[in-house]
Amino acid sequence: MSEVKGVAQKGRFKLFLERRKPIIEDWKHTFYLWKSTTLAMVGTVIIFVFFGIAIFAPLLTSYDPIAQDLDNRLLPPSSQHLFGTDQYGRDVFSRVIYGSRVELWIIFIVSIISVGIGTLVGIIAGYFGGAVDEVLMRITDMFLAFPRLVLAMAFTASLGPNLTNTIIAISFVDWTVYARLARAEAIKVKSQPYIEAIRGLGAKNTRIMAFHVLPMSISPVIVQLTLRMGTIILTAAGLGFLGLGAQPPIPEWGAIVSDGRSYLVQQWWITTFPGLAIAIVVLGFNLLGDGIRDILDPRLRR
Amino acid sequence: MRGNLLDITKLKVVFYTYRGVIKALNGVELWMNRGERLGIVGETGCGKSVTALSIMGLVEQPGEIVEGKIAFEDKILTSMNGDALNKIRGNDLAMIFQEPVAALNPVMRIGFQIAESISRNKKKNEIKQVYPEVRRMLELVGLDWKRTIDLYPHELSGGMAQRAMIAMALSSKPKLLIADEPTSALDVTIQAQILELLDELVKKFGNAVILITHDMGVAAEFCDKIAVMYAGNMVEYANTTDIFENPIHPYTRGLLRAVPKIGRTDELESIPGVVPDLVDPPPGCRFHPRCKYAMDACKEKFPSLLEVGPEHYVACHLYLKEEMKNAN
Amino acid sequence: MQTEVTTQYLIHVKHLKKYFPTKRGLFSSAKYVKAVDDVSFDIPKNSTFGVVGESGSGKTTLGRTILRLIEPTSGTIRYIETDINSLNSKELRIFRRKMQIVSQDPYNSLHPRKLVKNIIGEGLKIHFQLSSEEIYEKVKDILEQVGLREEHMFRYPHEFSGGQRQRIAVARALVLKPEFLVLDEPTSALDVSVQAVILKMLKDLKRDFSLTYLFITHDLAVIDYMADYVTVMYLGQIMEFGTKDDIFLAPAHPYTFLLLNSIPNPDPRIKKKKVIPMGEIPSPIDPPTGCRFHTRCPYARDICSNVEPEMKEVHKGHFVKCHFPLG
Repeated sequence: MSEVKGVAQKGRFKLFLERRKPIIEDWKHTFYLWKSTTLAMVGTVIIFVFFGIAIFAPLLTSYDPIAQDLDNRLLPPSSQHLFGTDQYGRDVFSRVIYGSRVELWIIFIVSIISVGIGTLVGIIAGYFGGAVDEVLMRITDMFLAFPRLVLAMAFTASLGPNLTNTIIAISFVDWTVYARLARAEAIKVKSQPYIEAIRGLGAKNTRIMAFHVLPMSISPVIVQLTLRMGTIILTAAGLGFLGLGAQPPIPEWGAIVSDGRSYLVQQWWITTFPGLAIAIVVLGFNLLGDGIRDILDPRLRR
Repeated sequence: MRGNLLDITKLKVVFYTYRGVIKALNGVELWMNRGERLGIVGETGCGKSVTALSIMGLVEQPGEIVEGKIAFEDKILTSMNGDALNKIRGNDLAMIFQEPVAALNPVMRIGFQIAESISRNKKKNEIKQVYPEVRRMLELVGLDWKRTIDLYPHELSGGMAQRAMIAMALSSKPKLLIADEPTSALDVTIQAQILELLDELVKKFGNAVILITHDMGVAAEFCDKIAVMYAGNMVEYANTTDIFENPIHPYTRGLLRAVPKIGRTDELESIPGVVPDLVDPPPGCRFHPRCKYAMDACKEKFPSLLEVGPEHYVACHLYLKEEMKNAN
Repeated sequence: MQTEVTTQYLIHVKHLKKYFPTKRGLFSSAKYVKAVDDVSFDIPKNSTFGVVGESGSGKTTLGRTILRLIEPTSGTIRYIETDINSLNSKELRIFRRKMQIVSQDPYNSLHPRKLVKNIIGEGLKIHFQLSSEEIYEKVKDILEQVGLREEHMFRYPHEFSGGQRQRIAVARALVLKPEFLVLDEPTSALDVSVQAVILKMLKDLKRDFSLTYLFITHDLAVIDYMADYVTVMYLGQIMEFGTKDDIFLAPAHPYTFLLLNSIPNPDPRIKKKKVIPMGEIPSPIDPPTGCRFHTRCPYARDICSNVEPEMKEVHKGHFVKCHFPLG
């Protein structure tokens, strides 16, 4: 024991690092793989820029995204208004910049809700199997039987079109994907000998699911989530475009595109820039998702 | 040539991986005569399967033969091109594998697969014409041809599939049959049947056989000569009886002491330490970190192969030293 | 044999059956894989009870059913006085501390994303209220018992060799101080030199922890090295049971005899002409009528295909299920 104390005095942190060396090595290896996957890097950069823009929006533009300035309607892009102005004289650049905050918020909340519901349902169904599985998966099938956008539209239309309801609608449409994935993984994991060993130790089902099945089932869900973040933006923009999502004057990208669609021919800038923003961010998320999938692939790792 | 059928000299094979270059074979020496049965024994990662693949010319990317020569009769396999090798593979060499069901094509009937291997080797175009031969081969390996000829591989049990593999392999009357752990995936009683069958057929056709196995018992029963491999080197080569009764290399001795045997009353002995990582193998003799007789010389240079008795070769500094003493 | 001492038994198994339903077609009735079909035996305390059999013999299912990792179809399993089958799920969870399993595959039996410390400490967290320091100490102690070191606690399973992983699996089982350990082919995935170390370690641990082993394997030589008692299984049933010497020196069942005869002997001087069981192992879905071995038995007579033989005692403690026992 005295030796242990001596070690503790020598520096707890050093000992901590020493003992966790393999874990650190593992992270270094992950980082190495990340660096060597070019497209994943491109995706990462795009998403980082997107996050940066959302966080530092007020520093990037001096215009209020909502305030109308009817004297300066429909101005083409210039040094004053980088992306021009829309029919109410609002600066399109600052609307796109602030729009990133709206998109990020939607992604964040939708991810939490849909992944939460999805993995919970999926793991319970996969782990217990039998009747539980049948019931939960038939419910999931019911959700999957509708076209996604139509179902989301039906939700928002009945709940009333606003940002919160958009988020709820997308979450309720999206969780099924994660439920199926988590179920498939849980089925695979639960038959592994190490789960049987833990059962043999006397662990409760809840403990096995939370501490052992979940961590093994989550990585495909995370990959799918990053891949779907693009789709979430597209759905949100689609709802916004149809007037069922965020309501004006909230600068949601889809809504901005919708606003400018009657001016598309002469005043192309109103629709083009938010449209490009959507395209680039969706691309960024897809590249990132592909990269994460490759990096988590055990065949590539060892 | 040291053997009139096969002579491998200084064979080095590497595999390029993310972790680095795996030095799988480190100058293997091996030879055999026509009609002989040679057993290659050793533990996981000793290079016994890679040696077999090298003979068959099946070492592919990311692996590469970087050095050495494989002579088969009067031909040098290592300097042959693809077509010529293919011809030899079809006619003179054949191989059977550990997982027979996986080694057969899953979407073709057994009869057709055997017919194909017969007709390709005999350059016949009409596969139908060789079906009588297929039936004969199936009978020969102890399968009821009426029942099995139209089955798919997954419909066969492991033992039956291995019989079918043997029929395919022997259909071209190869001069050398390489059997890579042919019975390791089978139950003991089925293993005994397959070994008996192989024994019978090899006697009948007079093929030479290389039997790769980790099971000392299988090697003892089937082989005339045994080569012991460790971490990419052949360390001892002798007649089967000599290997078992008068093992010389410390690794061979350790291995034999570790094998449980029915009726054995003494304690099992194990070899301390673990098999080295072949990305970064120990210098000199690769066994030296686990060897209780290790000397300085062992850490520096791989010992050359020394004839210590009639047809008994060993690669170990211990005996080199004694030899030197005797010479002086 | 020995002086008459009343043997204490740890496990009593009576008429144990485990049938797995196979997928049934639309018009065909359900079929069952009779993995374990009416098996009874008692395991003496502090012994190594060997179970040997080929594929389809039900030996793996047997081990798992005794621990109730698989629910038996019928029959009773008693642990001294406790009827394991009648425990409810909470009682069973607590009872699991006393009986542990080490399974065959060292590559999949450890959670790949957990540190060795947490893999071994999991059982302690489930059963005891311990501080993390106490868990640390206990894990360290048990690792040393199985021949690993403290520094190995902070590594992931993939950094270990097969033999080391099997040591970790043994440590995970032993940290709970069980009395009964099921060893399901613990060394069949390992090389011989590593197998020798692990087998020796298991022998030492059995003595140090006064354990009782149920040792399942297909390898008769390993059984001969490890076991005190041997049970030979074939297609879900016990063919022969006795002490190690009964089975290896005086096998009474033709199957045992042929099994022993089939093993390749690592001694080139012995070149005996072999008698090998004929044909393939039948499917446990449709096991042969009468004696299950009659289809492969060179000594089979008419009665063997019609009447299932009774278990009879050929001499004290040596049982055989055969109409015409050898010897």
